[in-house]
Amino acid sequence: MRAEHLPIASAVADGHYLDVDSEAPATGAKPLPLILARELASNLATPMFVIDARGYLVYYNDAAAQLIGKPFGEKGEISAAEFGALLNMKTVEGEPLRRRDSPSGIAFMQRRPAHRRLYASGYDGTEWLLHATAYPLFGTNGEMSGVVSVFWPVGDEEATS
Amino acid sequence: MDVRVWGCRGSVAAPGPTTVKYGGNTSCVEVRLASGQVLVLDAGTGIRPLGVVTQSSLCPELHILLTHLHLDHLQGLGFFRPLFDPEMRIHIWGPPSPVQPLAERIAMYLSPPLFPVRLEEVPSQVTFHDAPSEGVTIGSATVRSCLVLHQGPTVGYRIEEDGRSLVYLPDHEPSLGTDLRSVPAEWMSGYEIAHEADVLFHDAQYRDHEYGAHVGWGHSGIAHAMEFADKAGVQNLVLFHHDPYHDDVELEEVLKEARQLWPAAEDRVCLANEGMTIEMGTRGVRVLGC
Repeated sequence: MRAEHLPIASAVADGHYLDVDSEAPATGAKPLPLILARELASNLATPMFVIDARGYLVYYNDAAAQLIGKPFGEKGEISAAEFGALLNMKTVEGEPLRRRDSPSGIAFMQRRPAHRRLYASGYDGTEWLLHATAYPLFGTNGEMSGVVSVFWPVGDEEATS
Repeated sequence: MDVRVWGCRGSVAAPGPTTVKYGGNTSCVEVRLASGQVLVLDAGTGIRPLGVVTQSSLCPELHILLTHLHLDHLQGLGFFRPLFDPEMRIHIWGPPSPVQPLAERIAMYLSPPLFPVRLEEVPSQVTFHDAPSEGVTIGSATVRSCLVLHQGPTVGYRIEEDGRSLVYLPDHEPSLGTDLRSVPAEWMSGYEIAHEADVLFHDAQYRDHEYGAHVGWGHSGIAHAMEFADKAGVQNLVLFHHDPYHDDVELEEVLKEARQLWPAAEDRVCLANEGMTIEMGTRGVRVLGC
């Protein structure tokens, strides 16, 4: 599905980061696929981010907290734009990575899995070369509950190959 | 609405002299609305006596709300007399599937060699629906569902009428992979429909010392059921889906254990039993035969 068909994402795909509706983050109940994704994330040593159907980052695990600089419990839900700004993602060529071209942006807007290598800056300015994979979560009712994004560090050997 | 339990046993029917008090029939709860419609929650073996007793008082349209298609929630459907009444209009609701329509999934059971009559041959007028994630109006009630944590696609239901809410989560393991004591309420499976319910029917299949051997089987221990209900702000908890190996004596031990966990509100926790009725309306909630 094309971005303009999504009811929740504005079509500001030309912007640096994906824009979303301006409502405050919801505090309501989460759908089961998001709940299960959160439980998976909380049991992984790999940085994992959970984004809801509005485009808000609603959870990240302790491994991801090493990038963000704070555990999720202290940070709380943030918009996709703030999420993107936090990580300051760049292409492997060093160009700013537009949100719509990031794996999570593609997964969210185009509703398909996506993968790429990219640079992301940690809270302390450290730049990491990462594999990023994101995929949408569809419940058995066919509704998209959100997106999961997972980061893996690129090994030194791989980075130089 | 008036609620009556016709079956509250989990997994498999367990009739016999040691289960007379709480009953041996599997999941089935009748909800009679003020507007006259009848909702039937699950089609376990309890639906057979429901069909016999109420055949003369059913309105010509009824709704069967299936939480999922495990046999203990479906086995009685072929023995539900209204299904064989050509005057009856029966709506069957169940968990959605991206792979196979509800009718086909139910027909896997209601067809040879497992059953002598094919679903498509039953005389009543049957219509199938995906369980509604948005509220739908049935008579004087609003019904909605959400997917919940169990083995395979499973939903729970919330029925609201006259400002009262009944929530039905007979097969549910919200503690799987998480600690219910620390997880935010909105991240609990089932919270979406259970929050602040007047009455919650909830899975309480295992005693806490039994749960460890059954993690991931899709059911709750007593402490988990209590924690879930407490965090969801539920007013009255009915422990449901009794283990087939728990006789009447042991179930009363279960109740004691449960009430010790909610000492300030022990009168708000009870065990489901066949024949139990609950009246819910503007004047309040009244549990009878508990």
